[in-house]
Amino acid sequence: MDLSHHGHRATKPRARTGPPAGDPMLFDDTSSGGPQVPNQGYYNSAYNISGPSGGGGGPAMNNLFADPMANAAMMYGSSIADKGKDIVNKELSRFVSVNKLKYFFAVDTKYVIKKLVLLMFPYTHQDWEVRYHRDTPLPPRHDVNAPDLYIPSMAFITYILLAGMALGIQKRFSPEVLGLCASTALVWMVIEVLAMLLSLYLLTVHSDLSTFDLIAYSGYKYVGMIFTVLCGLLFGSDGYFVALAWSSCALMFFIVRSLKMKILSSLSSDSMGAGASAKPRFRLYITMATAIFQPVIIYWLTSHLIR
Amino acid sequence: MAFTLYALIQAVILGVNAVAVLHEERFLSKFGWSVDQNVGGFGEEPGIKVQLISLARSVRTVMRVPLIAVNAVCIVLLLLFG
Repeated sequence: MDLSHHGHRATKPRARTGPPAGDPMLFDDTSSGGPQVPNQGYYNSAYNISGPSGGGGGPAMNNLFADPMANAAMMYGSSIADKGKDIVNKELSRFVSVNKLKYFFAVDTKYVIKKLVLLMFPYTHQDWEVRYHRDTPLPPRHDVNAPDLYIPSMAFITYILLAGMALGIQKRFSPEVLGLCASTALVWMVIEVLAMLLSLYLLTVHSDLSTFDLIAYSGYKYVGMIFTVLCGLLFGSDGYFVALAWSSCALMFFIVRSLKMKILSSLSSDSMGAGASAKPRFRLYITMATAIFQPVIIYWLTSHLIR
Repeated sequence: MAFTLYALIQAVILGVNAVAVLHEERFLSKFGWSVDQNVGGFGEEPGIKVQLISLARSVRTVMRVPLIAVNAVCIVLLLLFG
């Protein structure tokens, strides 16, 4: 299994191209684990239902749109809306590859629960390798090691709300503080992702970590932050420091184990000479620096909420 | 340290301006930081210094023209609104 992965990584990093829109692997609901109900069944019944009711509502609807001006206005409005939607999609897909983004949000309940448990208690997890399926990485709902963007974004929003609540409990709340907290956390995340990208580029590490992967891994710390703030609110200052220590250790372990697979084992095929001896050291430094940065930033962003 | 997004934008503009101002011929070659003094061997992985130099060079090439526009807008806005 490892040899085939090295064979893949010897060439340029694999792009996470999204499957075509009709691919059932991404967005079927697999959380129940029951037999797959084909989507066509739902669509057929929907069309059948709308058919007779459309005929029945026809004479009634005619009265509403007897006024040709309203009719024409509605057609015009809907065509403008469609054009606007097309333009927005085109412009957006120039900056952000929507298919790649869809991969990161293809999660289900089982994955979220397993991942949250993994973030808080990663010490018993054995296999940290990301699984592949015909040369593309498996989406998160089929592989618990795959990074996703659902948990980081939800955790970020929850952290902001929790910060507002914590400040409100201490009678220090005002609406500007919420925006300030959000933008501070966002700026630190941007700084961290840029630093990671810069160090990976400078040390010519040919890993298949894309920008979204780094955003995902840097966003997992918000789960630890939420846990820390909650314990600080419930159990006071002692609970805060205990929870801080616990979530820092868990997060550091998680980051080191996850990034070790991606950074440290992606040696390019032609650096087998003397240069190879310097490389693993620097890659280790990058991984350790990322891991050490997490508790520092967790403390920095949450200590002012617990007084 | 409370960061606003405006502070981030300011920091980014200042940083990119700083990189764009470093002239390779007149300034960097005095310190041995120009590309022609650091030609790497063939098939060898480039070191950190060469990567930094190429990064600075590409940032300069790409951002020269947009920086003119961004700086002009910044100057006008700062004059108008402090």
